[in-house]
Amino acid sequence: MTRILGVLGLLIVLYALLIESNPAAGSSRNLMYVANIQGRYGVVTLAAALVIIVGGIDLSIGSVVGCSAVMFGVLMEEGVHPFAAVGWTLLFGVQVGLVNGLLITKLRLQPFLVTLCGMFIYRGEARLIGGVVSPAQVIDEHPHFEHSLNTLTYLLIGKNEKGALVFPAMFILLLVLAVVIGFFLHRTAYGRYWYAIGHNELAAKYAGVNVDRQRTIVYVICSMLASLGGILLFLDSSTIQADSAGAGLELYAILGAVLGGCSLRGGEGTAIGMVLGAMVLPVLETLVSFRGLKNNVIPAVIGLTLLVGTIVDELIRRRSRVHR
Amino acid sequence: MPPLRPQVTGASIRLQVTGARKQFPGVLALDGVSITLAVGEVLAVVGENGAGKSTLMKIVAGVYDSDAGEIQLDGQPVRFKTPGEAIRAGVSLIHQELNLAENLTVTDNLFLGRELTTGGGLRILNRREMSARASELLSRVGLPASRAFARVETLPPGEKQLVEVARALGMDVRVLIMDEPTSSLTQKETERLYEVIDALKSTGVSILYISHRLAEVKRVADRVCVLRDGRNAGELAKADITHDNMVRFMVGRDLKQFYPKVHRKGVGGAPVLSARELLFRGGPTTPASFEVRSGEILGMAGLVGAGRTELSEAIFGVRHITGGEILLDGKPLRVRSPRDAIAAGILLVPEDRRLHGLVLPESVGFNLSLPSLDRLASWFGVRVGAERELHRDWIARLRVKTPSSAQPAALLSGGNQQKVVYGKWLARNPKVLILDEPTRGVDVGAKAEIYALIDELAGRGVAVWMITSDMEELLGMADRVVVMHEGHIAGELSGETLTEEAVMQLATGGKRT
Ligand SMILES: Nc1ncnc2c1ncn2[C@@H]1O[C@H](COP(=O)(O)OP(=O)(O)OP(=O)(O)O)[C@@H](O)[C@H]1O
Ligand SMILES: [Mg+2]
Repeated sequence: MTRILGVLGLLIVLYALLIESNPAAGSSRNLMYVANIQGRYGVVTLAAALVIIVGGIDLSIGSVVGCSAVMFGVLMEEGVHPFAAVGWTLLFGVQVGLVNGLLITKLRLQPFLVTLCGMFIYRGEARLIGGVVSPAQVIDEHPHFEHSLNTLTYLLIGKNEKGALVFPAMFILLLVLAVVIGFFLHRTAYGRYWYAIGHNELAAKYAGVNVDRQRTIVYVICSMLASLGGILLFLDSSTIQADSAGAGLELYAILGAVLGGCSLRGGEGTAIGMVLGAMVLPVLETLVSFRGLKNNVIPAVIGLTLLVGTIVDELIRRRSRVHR
Repeated sequence: MPPLRPQVTGASIRLQVTGARKQFPGVLALDGVSITLAVGEVLAVVGENGAGKSTLMKIVAGVYDSDAGEIQLDGQPVRFKTPGEAIRAGVSLIHQELNLAENLTVTDNLFLGRELTTGGGLRILNRREMSARASELLSRVGLPASRAFARVETLPPGEKQLVEVARALGMDVRVLIMDEPTSSLTQKETERLYEVIDALKSTGVSILYISHRLAEVKRVADRVCVLRDGRNAGELAKADITHDNMVRFMVGRDLKQFYPKVHRKGVGGAPVLSARELLFRGGPTTPASFEVRSGEILGMAGLVGAGRTELSEAIFGVRHITGGEILLDGKPLRVRSPRDAIAAGILLVPEDRRLHGLVLPESVGFNLSLPSLDRLASWFGVRVGAERELHRDWIARLRVKTPSSAQPAALLSGGNQQKVVYGKWLARNPKVLILDEPTRGVDVGAKAEIYALIDELAGRGVAVWMITSDMEELLGMADRVVVMHEGHIAGELSGETLTEEAVMQLATGGKRT
């Protein structure tokens, strides 16, 4: 609870600073634009957070996002209908998650290592299957896909056929996904298992929970969300570069999850927290650019803000523990 | 000599294990053990640390697979591959080490793995139904219904243990296995557990009960099965269950002088450690004053949660001291961290060995050397010879059952882990030795050795401060007793005034008579 209030406070401060920095920054157009980016970050934050709750970590998220984006484009270039391509790409995510999950549960390999290897493998795969892809290229080669592709872009990204943002579809998508995931986390038996596994695997095992299966399921959900993130990235970009698309995203996702109250020790985190945590970075980035700071200070500002946030959070938590 | 292995007669047989065998790397934990359990019977399984009790129970409950042997449940041969299978077949195990998901609420834990749900495959939690059942289960073990919504981590150890019992009650049990269920319970909670056991028995539940407290075994067991070195060492029918019979089977010899007072003079010398009006963060508001003298064993009694551990932690530098002072040999001592305490010669053997006492994944040898590395070190790294000597010495002196000093501590049986914690600190020649529940989970043979060791240390002038909830141990070992009640020191007893009644009276908040 205190954790949620913490990020909420941070968000309010950031938004206040943003709106006050520049009238353009506070315009509803700009806020909608920021919200949409928050949505895209949020999808992968949910992915990272779920894995963190069961006591794992997924470093392959960024590469899976990149690889999925490229794959989505290549499939359509090869003549696969956009809707079918969405299905195939999500299936790719399922396969990645299954491999990660089985290696971690059946061979008892460490999540950090397995997904670190995945990070290289899927980046490599992205480069193998295609260098540069873009929606324009797809439409060039298959003009009859234009309508379907535009529909997808409108529904998932909220941009009309001219490329103008009409409504923050990705943010709405995030909210829908968060509600579904929150339902599973907080209202069903599966959620109980995930929290229990993350905190004390033995307790779950001895209670008769099929720990391996639950863990694998979570990795599958995680990678599938990452693939969805890849599809969003493709639809929202003018071009996708196989060697950079989504790179480093896993770290942003993990940061978002932690800011939102997930403990890297596992067994902790809420759906609301994940959404709020995911909202921080995009606001911060926009704020930095509106304050007229150069783009290349962004990483440092982000790092510092997060560090301060973490310290304040820890102090608050210590205090509340003493007074209990 | 009592008759060997009396047969179960009359009642029908619930569980039969024949020839169970289990080989761990380097350790043959079970070498053909057989037990029989009748319907509605309580069979106590006793034996020294590492005798194989927990391993046998884990095989029955589907945690381990046996290498050989057969299990029959109500006449049907069974072989459980997972704990889940065993639970569904009606075999539940309450583990020696607590196994709760502490981040979840009590209710969540009570129903973990068999939640009451609606919505088919969606498995939506039926919270109302679960909290109703939860309060009923909790009342059966004597916990207030309000605990149902508490996060488990906020409960004291005794209550956690009762939650585990309540959880087992909620399952349709045919065989309930309790591995040292009372080791963290207070007297009152233990009584409550006995009542639960009696009630279960009358409904036909069969119980396997492991304990190192022989008085307790005498109270609850219908029959006793003694294990030694992974084999059946004998069985005792109800009428033959006596302390001496059990000990004879367990250790294969008679134990004399269980509570030795050989090396001590009986009265302490000069005060070594004194606390004056001590206050500490997170502690009670009443300051505590007491002293521990050289060459004596000061026993500290009180109910679980009376604040004894907290007080010892304050003096050991774990808790921040906010008022008063600590004197060591009459001189003020500032303790800001355990490092300061250790440097001054104050050592603490903690209550929770898994949490504070051992680096579990590391070897026995690693753990034994850890506090003494400064003395083992030379310019060329740790002196291998001296280190090996230290390992050999303490493994032998405490009779730690381990294939070698390279065995990971996590793989030792509970009691043997405790012995390693001892060896680790005793190797340092302390000035003040604080022992928090020194023999919890330790078998009689090892207990006798630990007592002898403590006596010897006190005889050498070490000031021993022993926190214990075991009344027998307190009366048997302590020269002087300080009783705590709800955070403050309720009184001091020694000599004539030191009786069980007096201790209980002070511990429960009564006046001294
Ligand atoms: N997973 C394991 N791997 C290797 N050795 C093990 C393992 N579990 C137990 N052992 C060894 O098997 C033997 C029997 O252990 P077990 O835990 O059954 O003893 P116990 O009778 O329950 O003792 P205690 O009273 O101390 O709890 C011990 O020597 C122990 O070190
Ligand atoms: Mg045991």
